[in-house]
This record gives sequence, C-alpha cells and structure tokens, in this order.
Amino acid sequence: MATNILMPALSPTMTEGTLTRWLKKEGETIKAGDVIAEIETDKATMEVEAVDEGVLGRILVRDGTEGVKVNEPIAVLVGAGEAVPAAAAPTPKAVPTPAPVPTAAAAPVAEVRPANGHAAGEERIFASPLARRMAAQTGIDLSALKGSGPNGRIVRADIEAAQKGAPAPIQAPAAAARPPVPAAAISAPHRLVPHSSMRKIIARRLTEAKSSIPHFYISMDIEIDALIALQNQLNAKSPARDQPGSYFITINDLVIRAAGATLRRIPEVNASWTDDGMVFYDDVDISVAVAIPDGLITPIVRRADQKGLLTISREMRDLATRARAGKLKPEEFQGGGFSISNMGMFGVNEFSAIINPPQAAILAVATGAKKPVVKNDALAIATVMTCTISVDHRVVDGALGARWLREFKTIVEDPLSLML
Amino acid sequence: MAEQSFDLVVVGGGPGGYVAAIRAAQLGMKTAIVERENLGGICLNWGCIPTKALLRTSEINHLLQHVQDYGFAPVTPIFDIEKIVKRSRAVAKQLSSGVAFLMRKHKITVFDGTAKLAGKQTLAVEKDGKPVATLTSAHIILATGARARELPGMEADGKLIWTYRHAMVPPAMPKSLLVIGSGAIGIEFASFYLNLGVKVTVVEVLPRILPVEDEEISTFAHKAFVKQGMTILAGAAVKGVKKAADRVTVTVEADGKSQDITVDRVISAVGIVGNVEGIGLEGTAVKVDRTHVVIDEFCRTGEPGVYAIGDLAGPPWLAHKAMHEGVICVEKIAGLNDVHPMNVGNIPGCTYCRPQIASVGMTEARAKEAGHEVKVGRFPFIGNGKAIAMGETEGLVKTVFDAKTGELLGAHMIGAEVTEMIQGYTIARTLEATEAELMHTVFPHPTISETMHEAVLDAYGQALHI
Repeated sequence: MATNILMPALSPTMTEGTLTRWLKKEGETIKAGDVIAEIETDKATMEVEAVDEGVLGRILVRDGTEGVKVNEPIAVLVGAGEAVPAAAAPTPKAVPTPAPVPTAAAAPVAEVRPANGHAAGEERIFASPLARRMAAQTGIDLSALKGSGPNGRIVRADIEAAQKGAPAPIQAPAAAARPPVPAAAISAPHRLVPHSSMRKIIARRLTEAKSSIPHFYISMDIEIDALIALQNQLNAKSPARDQPGSYFITINDLVIRAAGATLRRIPEVNASWTDDGMVFYDDVDISVAVAIPDGLITPIVRRADQKGLLTISREMRDLATRARAGKLKPEEFQGGGFSISNMGMFGVNEFSAIINPPQAAILAVATGAKKPVVKNDALAIATVMTCTISVDHRVVDGALGARWLREFKTIVEDPLSLML
Repeated sequence: MAEQSFDLVVVGGGPGGYVAAIRAAQLGMKTAIVERENLGGICLNWGCIPTKALLRTSEINHLLQHVQDYGFAPVTPIFDIEKIVKRSRAVAKQLSSGVAFLMRKHKITVFDGTAKLAGKQTLAVEKDGKPVATLTSAHIILATGARARELPGMEADGKLIWTYRHAMVPPAMPKSLLVIGSGAIGIEFASFYLNLGVKVTVVEVLPRILPVEDEEISTFAHKAFVKQGMTILAGAAVKGVKKAADRVTVTVEADGKSQDITVDRVISAVGIVGNVEGIGLEGTAVKVDRTHVVIDEFCRTGEPGVYAIGDLAGPPWLAHKAMHEGVICVEKIAGLNDVHPMNVGNIPGCTYCRPQIASVGMTEARAKEAGHEVKVGRFPFIGNGKAIAMGETEGLVKTVFDAKTGELLGAHMIGAEVTEMIQGYTIARTLEATEAELMHTVFPHPTISETMHEAVLDAYGQALHI
C-alpha cells in the first residue's frame, strides 16, 4: 500500500525547513534506517532516515525546496512492484525519523510518531477557535503572541491587541514593524541570492537583539603572558600528534574555562530578562560563536565551570567540526546562558558583539598582541588581549558588569587560580 | 465586645457573599461573613429560589388544565395559595439551612447583624443598634445587594401595592393584578399569577416588553402572553395611583391617551437600587455612582482592601454574576495567577415565565449597532421532534454570528427548558467557538437542544429540519 513520507520535525519548535537534497532516487529500494534525504532547519542540516521499507515511488518535494511545512508529504513509499500513485497517498503515515538518535529534546517527536502522524513535534499553540480564525484572516502569527486567556490561551482580545499593535507580542521580531526592503528597489546591477534558513534566523535574531535589548559595553586590557605560559606547559605534556590521547589546548579553551569560573563566582550575569521576572540559570552553559561557511552558529559548552580544560578542549573541537559540517543537533546550539565570541585569530584589536538573546551578556575577545605597558613606573612589554563585554542593562548594571570583567581579568592574568 | 481579626470578611450573605466566603476559606483564609437576616440573601430567600417554587406550581396548574391532551380525563385543579406559599417558603428555608451548613463546613465565622466600615481594615458589627463585634481584616468584600426601586407616589405598602417581596407571599389570591415593569422580575410574577387564573395587566414604559431581550424574542413572548390572556400595555407610563379600601386605580398613559385601570393589587417591578447606605462608605475612597459602588475588573473599589461584588456593584443584577465576581475577587486577593476578569457578554440571562426565555451575548440590533455584519439563524420548536412529543411546540431559537469571523455574538431562546440549555451557547462563547465548532458538535437526538444546533446551521443556510 502506498504511504506518504512526511516532512519530519527535527526539533520541538520546527515548523518548516528546507529539503536540501534527496539521497535516494525514485525507484530505489529503501530499508528501514536508510538515510533518504537531508533537511536544513534553522541552523542545522540533518539526515532523515526511513522508518518503513519499500520502494521510493515518487518524490513530491524536490531538492532545494524551501519552506516545507512539517508533516507535509515529501515522497510516496510503495511496495515492491506496486503502482505508483500520481499524488500523495490519502492517509498520512510513515513519518521519517530524524537521523540523530533522539535525545531528551527530540524524544516527544518519536513518541507521537506512531499515533497518527499529525503535528509531530510541532509546539502546540493554545488559541481559541475564534482567535485562530481571526489570526488567519489578518495574517497574524499566533506563535508570536502571548495569550492572556486561561493558562495563557490566545483569545480574541490578544488578536485585537496585536492588530492595534499593542504590546501583546513578546517575540514578534521588531523587524516586522519596519518596512521590508524589497530587492526590486535596488537598481544597481546585482545578483540576488535567496536567503538560507540560517541567514534569515541570524537576521531576525540579531535585529531583535540589537533593537530590543539595551546594550552597553565595558572593555578591559588583559595581559595573557601567564595564560600563554600555562597553555605551553599543558600542551607540552600532550602525547605526540596523532598519538592516542594527544591534545592541543587553545587560548579559546582557556578563555571558556575562565569565563565559566567567573560566571560561577558572579552568577548574576548568568541570567535572562523576562517580563515575568529575572531568570537566573542554575548551570553555567556557555555558547561559543563558531564561524561556518554561510553564517555562524553558537554551540554550547554545558557546565563549563565544572569541566576540566581537556574536556572543554575536546568538546569544543568536536562541536566546531560538526558545526562547520552543519551536523549539530538542535539541543547542542539552543539554550546557553552566556556567549563568547573570539576573533583573536583575525588580528582584531578590539570589538563589541551583539547579545545572543535571551542571554544577558556576550564577551568579545580580541587578539593577544605584544604592547608596551607600564609596570612599577617603568615601560615593559606584555601580551595584551582586549576583552569587551556587551551587557543587557535590564539585567546587569554597570558596576556588576565591571566587577564581572575585573574578576575575569584576575583569573586570566593568574591562571593558576583555575586549578583551585 | 469582641474584637476579632480575620484575613477576609464579607458583608452580606447573599449568593455573591457566601460564595466569596467559601472560596476564601478554600484558599486558606480565615474568613467571616456578616448577614443581617438570612444566609443566602435575597436570591435564596426572596428571589430566584422561592419564585421558582411558585412558578413550578403555576406550571403544574397549566399542565393539569391540559391533561386531556395527554390522554387523561379532564380535571379541574383546585389550589390553596396558603399551601403554595408554604411550599415556597419551605424550599427557601431548606436552602438557607444548606448555606449555614456550608459556612460551618468551611469554618467560616458568621456574624448576625449589620456591618459598617469603621476605619482602615475595620468593620463595626451591630445588631438592633447594639454593638456586637469589631472586626479587623486586611480584605473586606461588600456584598450588601440591592432592593426594589420605588417610584415616587407609588411606594409599596405591602397591602395594595407590592414589591417582589410581598408578591411572593400573598395572603390571598387577587382577582386582578397590574404589574409595572416588564423586566425579568415583573414578567415572572405576571406569568405566575396569570397561570393561576388571575387577570394580569403588564405596563411597560419602553416600546416593548422584556426590553433587554432580542426584539424577535420580545415579540414572540408578547404574542404568547396575550394568547394566554395577559393584557400588555407597552410604551405606556403610569401617571397616578388611587388607592381605595381593597382596590387600586392606576392611571396609564399611552400614545397620548390616558386610561384608568382598576385592579385588586399592583406589583411594582421597576428596577432595583444598590444598598449603599449605612455601610460606612462616607469618608472612604469608595466611589458610588447611581446607587452602585464603582469597581474595577477585579471588584476593587477606590479604597485599598475594600471590594464590592454583586448587585451592589451594578448590573446585570444576577445571582450568577455575583457568585462569579465573588470567586474572581477572592482569587485575585489570594494572588492566584490565572484569574481573569469576567466578560459581561458571556453572562446568560434567564426569565422563568411560560414560555421560558434565555439569552447570552448581543441582540441582533446591538450587534449591528456595534458595527458587525451579521449572519442570523432561527429555528422554531415546531420543527423539533422532542418538542412536538412533549407538547411544547411554542418556542424559537435565534443565533447571531459575525459574518466575517464566525464569532457567536449572541443567542436568544424562548420556549420550554431554554433556561437549562443556554449554558451550551455560554460555553461556546466562553471558549470563543465559531460556527464551525458548533456545527461539528453532535447534539443528542431527540432533545429540544437540537433546536440550538439547527439555529446555528440556519445562520449558514444549512438547517436540516426546516
């Protein structure tokens, strides 16, 4: 019997994605567990495995199709020798499972899958029938609204408020209010490259961050000669390259470790602003910006305050490698309480970064360079790295931000204290 | 004199007050209630409940007069007004005792007397002019209710001119009766007496009876009452009352013409006024507007720690509105998270005449005034199998939808048992259902409630049985 293969939800919040490419062709025989396609979501590319076996009868959604809704039929699976229907089979079935083994975050997806295949993994929005209809009629995105009804249900009043532009939406991107910039308005010779999902997400999140978070910035020059010495000593102990157990600790690894320790000592910075109250995170989870071919992504080093340097170093290397390959799982880059952006490798003197919402701070790390410094009233040479912390003033005031950076500086300049 | 302190004290033991007290006790507050007369207030002792007992009698009388329609030999029912009243009082008493039990069960202290605000967070309780207790409480809910409004020159004397309260305990049946006012209270008494064989005239100053109901429902009721023998003078003003020994002559002016109507008794049912006097509002920040305390969406007055609910806090003067206000007021005080203001458009109204009337939301005219483009559905009881089997074919259900959004703006019903059915539409409104959900709801067959489904279908041209 012909069954539909549906667009899977690769994360609980995913509503649509790009079908990057098919790895099987029409007419090919598929076994359960075969990787059949690649799907690009917000930030990750994931492989899709088949759950049923059969013959890939017809591909309904072609390679490179953007905005494929979750649960939309993407192909039809038929039995061997069975006629191939021209369109999707009427009964939705056989939702493929995301290739990465579902972990905690993805578990609900797997659970609902066998039931009837609808709304798998899609975040349920509680809204009254009337609110849904009015939203559809006026083009309001329900997921951007905060409901005022019982248990946060979205009701008519919320739609009306949204229509009037009242402050009901909590996460509606500020950019939406701005006139869009149509490509047609640009007359100079140009070529138009459609946005990737990631580019859209970066644009939305950073516009939202920069226009809705009251940023301020604090910079300090930090001497890292002691840190470099420690790095050299540690790396000298590594087995030779390509030998089992070899490692290379980077300055970035040390910075993550130092930031983790600082956040544990000054936990008020490991926080988020919400309308309901200040959120203080229990764990020190640090998002680290990694440049990737068409954008950037911030994989998370979890509990960075409790991990040894070697663990942090290996995790970071693994995360960065998989980030560049677009193979991170959603839970590996969603969350975090603090971010680090390190542009030291580009020889940057100093810079300030945009906060990664809903976090309250991001540390911008510039290059370490030898500079003249005054020590004991005499000129001396030190390796100086300028660090700038961008802070959400709703969460962290100036004195607290400065205290955080001073503590960070103390740790970096006396890195042996990390051993304590 | 005892001085006692509580977390919350309610002044007035009517439906709003005692429900507020129970909810407060449930939420762990040390709670007291002050009642000057009977727990349960007007609703339970002199309103909703005893009148329903009376109306049951008149309904049975009506059925007895039509037993031959159902295969019985005709009977001539003989009733005893004293026994009818006695039953009604017994019903009220049973329920009032029930409320007293609920107070004990929830460990709510009941004070017998009147209470007035006496300084910040303080109430002075008196009985017969003597101080009984001084209560201190961070939160004080005023729920003193309302009483019948009296027209100057037509004040009730309890003998010839009655209020609802006298009309409920007639010492003898009058032969003729004139009811001034055709709101729910006036119409219910008119229907009760009419069905027990009294010659009834209803005078309404507005152009139609039951003026808050949808015009089609008013018209339907008007015809039904006239068919039953009621005289209705709408758009008519009472110009004067002349009392004789056991007769009253009422001068009524309509269309510029004046006429004298002589009857045994007059019932004045021209609205109610809030009981705002003698509760110590003077010198506080509590604002009073036309005999009602002004409150916000969570029943807070201008005075911190002082709240008002129910009839005292303004229309609609309905027990269920008072109860709901009592609950949300207390839950807000207790700091519960998911407390929502009451939507006045979702409060159903019921009139227990024969045929019964029930409605929720906007009338068709009101919806149009508010700028809605409407879709209207109607379904008569004559198209309903159960209604025909019951011999209750006099009735109509009307629905009003917003043509654009499918919101059920209002529902209006007249006929047997509609007061028991209106909650279906009320739930739909509370859940913000559209016509789609109502159409997809499976109504049990055979029931009169199928008329509700059909009235929805009809608004979209899909009614099945007409």
